[in-house]
Amino acid sequence: MADEIAASPPRGLAPKPPPRKRDWSWRSQAFRGVVYQVIALAVVAFGVWYLASNTLANMQARGIRSGFDFLLQPAGFDIGESVIGYDAMNAYWKAFVVGVLNTLRVAVIGVVLATILGTLLGVGRFSRNAIVRGLCYAYVEVFRNVPVLIQLLIWYLVFTEVLPPLTDAPSLAGMFYLSKAGFSFPTPVWGLGQALAGVGFLVGIAISWGYRRWAIRRFEATGQTASLVLVPIVIPFATAFLGWLLGGAPTAWSIPKPEGFSMEGGASATPEFLAVLLGLVMYTASFIAEVVRAGIASVAHGQSEAAGSLGLTRGMAMRLVILPQALRVIIPPLTNQYLNLTKNSSLAVAIGYPDVVSIATTALNQTGRAVECISIIMAVYLTLSLSISALMNWYNRRSAIKER
Amino acid sequence: MSTLSKSICLLASAGLLAAAPAYAGKTLDAVKQRGQLVCGVNTGLAGFSQADSQGAWSGLDVDVCKAVAAAILNDPSKVKYVPLTAQQRFTALQSGEIDILSRNTTYTLTRDASLGLHFLPPTYYDGQGFMVPVKSKVKSAKTMKGATVCVQSGTTTEKNLTDYSRANKLDLKPIVFEKQEAATGAYFSGRCVAFTTDASGLASIRNKDAKDPKEHIILPELISKEPLGPAVRRGDDEFEAIAKWVIYGLIEAEEYGITQANVDEMKTKSQDPVVMRIVGSSEDTGKLVGLDKEWLVRAIKAVGNYGEIFERNVGAKTPLALPRGLNSQWNKGGIQYAPPIR
Repeated sequence: MADEIAASPPRGLAPKPPPRKRDWSWRSQAFRGVVYQVIALAVVAFGVWYLASNTLANMQARGIRSGFDFLLQPAGFDIGESVIGYDAMNAYWKAFVVGVLNTLRVAVIGVVLATILGTLLGVGRFSRNAIVRGLCYAYVEVFRNVPVLIQLLIWYLVFTEVLPPLTDAPSLAGMFYLSKAGFSFPTPVWGLGQALAGVGFLVGIAISWGYRRWAIRRFEATGQTASLVLVPIVIPFATAFLGWLLGGAPTAWSIPKPEGFSMEGGASATPEFLAVLLGLVMYTASFIAEVVRAGIASVAHGQSEAAGSLGLTRGMAMRLVILPQALRVIIPPLTNQYLNLTKNSSLAVAIGYPDVVSIATTALNQTGRAVECISIIMAVYLTLSLSISALMNWYNRRSAIKER
Repeated sequence: MSTLSKSICLLASAGLLAAAPAYAGKTLDAVKQRGQLVCGVNTGLAGFSQADSQGAWSGLDVDVCKAVAAAILNDPSKVKYVPLTAQQRFTALQSGEIDILSRNTTYTLTRDASLGLHFLPPTYYDGQGFMVPVKSKVKSAKTMKGATVCVQSGTTTEKNLTDYSRANKLDLKPIVFEKQEAATGAYFSGRCVAFTTDASGLASIRNKDAKDPKEHIILPELISKEPLGPAVRRGDDEFEAIAKWVIYGLIEAEEYGITQANVDEMKTKSQDPVVMRIVGSSEDTGKLVGLDKEWLVRAIKAVGNYGEIFERNVGAKTPLALPRGLNSQWNKGGIQYAPPIR
């Protein structure tokens, strides 16, 4: 800037401003700042370079192969459960994908369930009913204070020790089985009817969303109320039912049946999956309950009094006045809990659930590429965590107080 | 220990790889200077490597460490045992944390050629098998269609299981555990129809962990070749030669009837030229590997010959009662065959 000004011809009688001198001395704060930053950057860069180059050199010196080329070779091992088709002849990268999807399955379902359970527990702490209040309190204290690995092991023990073996599994109406092989349930045989029902459900959600917007706008304009909860929930199910009827109302179900050493037909949730899910949900819910409780407690008491004096019921006051304000306090620590749940899912390997860590461990042992496999684990968790953070930050900005 | 912290350990080991200076051909000097052989062993496998209540280690794999320590340091007790899980073992050897890995490790191409280590002669020829509860009425692995199989991760076992399942269209479902205790625990609780690992391991687990060993049987099918042997770091030919020939020496000692009890007598009295070479009463074979004349005498005195090691740790009179089978001498129907010490 200074140079530009100096270079431009002087206008009128304005005295030429004295050229600003760059102070290259140690006395200049700006100069010191630049120096410190350059040094910090250099130290970090050198550290990374040193570790990387030395590891590579040492590995080479010891004849240890390195590189990610192994990902394209056939994995050669089976995986107990997978959400996508996987075969032992598939490449290592696909085995990793199976592991990541298994991790995601636990994480996503876990986050949803833990949020629901945690919110109920947190709200329950403000119940007028002393028993409900006490139970919620006891739950939080018990589940929050037992290490999560122990909880996983306990759940797994419950599933494998207490439940009956597959051969004499008790069933509910010959449809649902609960045994050492897990929880088996019937699944509809996929056909046109089911596909249309799925489409109908999605269409229903879109309609519900539009309906809610319309109802809220009408309320704000005219004061006429409409159901904002029940109707939007009913619509998707109604449209799904319509789709199913349109597809010829198929009623074929695949029903599980113990056959030799496994269940034929239907679908099963394995004890490993159930134990990981239950353990993580119960543990994380206790923390979420505290987060929710703190959020609600942070809303000034006057708010609920004001809501009451406007004639809102306690439930309405909670839903319309307290929770929207509490949400702003709740979301940032809630993000932490989601991250914790996702990262804790890596403990699944202790009870035999094939998550990404389990797959990577096997791959590590088959190929000996320790540095590579651990890097993949790190990259996966980093990506998951940063994605969750980004999503929650976006939601946080959306629900934050809009300053006008 | 959680998996993540284990991963951190592995990373730390990788960091160790990064920090240690380049290193080749120095193991013997390091062992002598330290006055101790650092030996990686199993965390606990009856008959192969286990620590008693006083912390004293014993087993077939442990005896290999003792023999090597006796040959180099003249004292079989100068061994520091580092118990390792299946996943830690190779990194521990690569990073220089241990001098020799003697931990029922299967000798395979991938491991020998790409992990920066060299295998020594197999000390136990094994094969992977299945254990099932007697009451499951399974008599053959081929009838286990759709069965769940408990298995410990970090072994060649998972791959063998998959190969066998595919070849026989059995559709076996592996449930993979990080720790052996968890895998056997799940099997004994009935979560899995079968448990799989090397047959010697099955015998050890049935004997040690089952409430009643008679309630479990080991199926006749062996589904893989598992030559279990010690390994040393690549690039140290001197140390590799010592460890390799100590093992061959123990095998040949059995072939020529040299035992822990008679080795001293053989040294002074035997006129058999082969025996004289082994006990160092004629040629100095020790010089060839950088040790002295008595190197094999000390090893044999410390742990006995290969046959004695086998019988003492896993043989017919032990609780494991493993048959000698493939591990008999080559001239007695087995495949233990040592190249001549000469």
